[in-house]
Amino acid sequence: MLSCGSFEREFLKRISGEVEASFRHPAVTEECHLDLSPFYNPARRQYDGDRLLHQIPGCPKTEYTKIIGLFRVDLYIPILTYIFGQAILGQKTAVASVYRLRNELYGLKPDEELLLSRTVKEVVHELGHTFGLIHCHSMTCVMRSSTYVEEIDLKDTLFCPRCRALLDNQ
Amino acid sequence: MAEKISILIVDDEESVRDSLLNWFIEDGYSVECAENAKAALHLLEDREFDIILADIKMPGMDGMEMHRRIRALNRDSIVIIMTAFASVDTAVQALKDGAFDYITKPFDPDDLSHLIRNAAAQISLKSENETLKKRVTSLENIDDLIGKSEAIRQVLKQIENVAQSNSSVIITGESGTGKELVARAIHANSPRRYFPMISVHCGALTESLLESELFGHEKGAFTGATFNRKGRFEMADGGTIFLDEIATISPKMQIELLRVLEMKSFVRVGGNKEITSDFRVICATNRDLSSMVKNGTFREDLFYRLNVVNINIPPLRERVDDIPLLVNHFIGKYCTSMSRDLITIEPAALRHLERFEFPGNVRELENMIERAIVIGNGREIRLKDLPLGREVADTTLESLDEVEKRHIEQILAKYDWNVSRSARALNVDRVTLYNKIRKYGLKQQK
Repeated sequence: MLSCGSFEREFLKRISGEVEASFRHPAVTEECHLDLSPFYNPARRQYDGDRLLHQIPGCPKTEYTKIIGLFRVDLYIPILTYIFGQAILGQKTAVASVYRLRNELYGLKPDEELLLSRTVKEVVHELGHTFGLIHCHSMTCVMRSSTYVEEIDLKDTLFCPRCRALLDNQ
Repeated sequence: MAEKISILIVDDEESVRDSLLNWFIEDGYSVECAENAKAALHLLEDREFDIILADIKMPGMDGMEMHRRIRALNRDSIVIIMTAFASVDTAVQALKDGAFDYITKPFDPDDLSHLIRNAAAQISLKSENETLKKRVTSLENIDDLIGKSEAIRQVLKQIENVAQSNSSVIITGESGTGKELVARAIHANSPRRYFPMISVHCGALTESLLESELFGHEKGAFTGATFNRKGRFEMADGGTIFLDEIATISPKMQIELLRVLEMKSFVRVGGNKEITSDFRVICATNRDLSSMVKNGTFREDLFYRLNVVNINIPPLRERVDDIPLLVNHFIGKYCTSMSRDLITIEPAALRHLERFEFPGNVRELENMIERAIVIGNGREIRLKDLPLGREVADTTLESLDEVEKRHIEQILAKYDWNVSRSARALNVDRVTLYNKIRKYGLKQQK
């Protein structure tokens, strides 16, 4: 996991732990000092998630099976007003952002535990796509599609038995 | 459903095609792209697509003209027109030409998702219409509603009857009987299944939080509210809202809820715009609402509005026949999720479960099995892996000898037939215990 921005060490450690538990593979966090200015779109005041997705593979110092870039900035893709995250199905890379996962953005009290839980779900969800998993219709599966933040809260951090089996077969 | 639906994206901008392709592939749709109308029409010569998303402004033939040509081909595809230049005129013209809908770039992810689900629902309804009339109705997505007892069959029958309607439902039953599962089964078998089922645990929220949760709030409604927030009724548009622990809501919220149910519209906290939402309401409670109506703690008008259909789920102790099936189901579920080989349950442990009173009902049984798998030996669930101590008085045991025999049997199983430890637990010496084993003909289960 590439931390692209300033994150608390403990926050990253807990996400990393959850990723390890979900995928049963070691997870490593690496700081990434990527200059985000070329990806900024002043008209939208957001960062281009698609281009970042293609930039990420060149960033880590070591070779990894899967890479996810975790950002603090607001991400978009050309056709959508915003994204929580993005991955290339069955490929190596994914990106996710905590920007729209924060309660404060919706006028609610900050809730670090909720932010952590949402971030874990997003990271596991996007990494799930890199393992070839598509969106799941199970109400609580972490691979269920979420288009607004409350939908993330409705699902679990776990894979449903069907997605788990697909993942384990990889 | 999603796997069967094919989408054709027609747009001259590569970044748009790629973004949409990626988005829909993640949703499990089959997707193809065309960079202009000519290429799209060429693709349509050979195959059909369920949904065509076409940009209105493309070099050469525009999206509107392409749409007219698709219609001329007499194709059933649903056409959605996209444009970066929103104008009422083009929207009206597209709809007049038979387009399914019209969407302005860039899309809100939720709008796009909603639009595609609407289209998918229409496709599905169209193709299923004839077969549905003929086929024997069988319930889908009820994997977690396990049982063969008459009581659970009755519940499944009621789900089947009520799923196709829009009627409000109250699900009653003790805690842990699976009220939310029944609500999900109703939703999953209803025409609303392509839209979300939103659950609200009313008992967990204070009155003001519940109000904001249900109705949402407007930007600036209170300090720090910098963004609009959708309420649960709004999120449930097209789908179902499940209000758990409905008996706990305050008299004020009862009035608000009654108004929303009657009008199907509401105003966000801090807002003045009336928002309409098409939802079905399913409630659950473990309390007797009719008594609450009698003693004045629950509004009679709201009760009758909600209680169009009542489904009562029997407690687990009244459907003991279902316990072996449920046990096997939970063993399968947890062994799969823990990536373990499937294990069995020893007969003594199963007998023990069948005599258990289960005040926490199916949820308690599920937790018990999960715990037993975690702490067990990885081959079978043994009696000692299950919590002892709250067994019901077995009314079939009449003599003292029978009670003694059963108790010794359980203690031996708990200590894996270690006679010394069992004797210590029973507070007798080993010889006495050997005599009792011989007297009752007890044998260790292999």
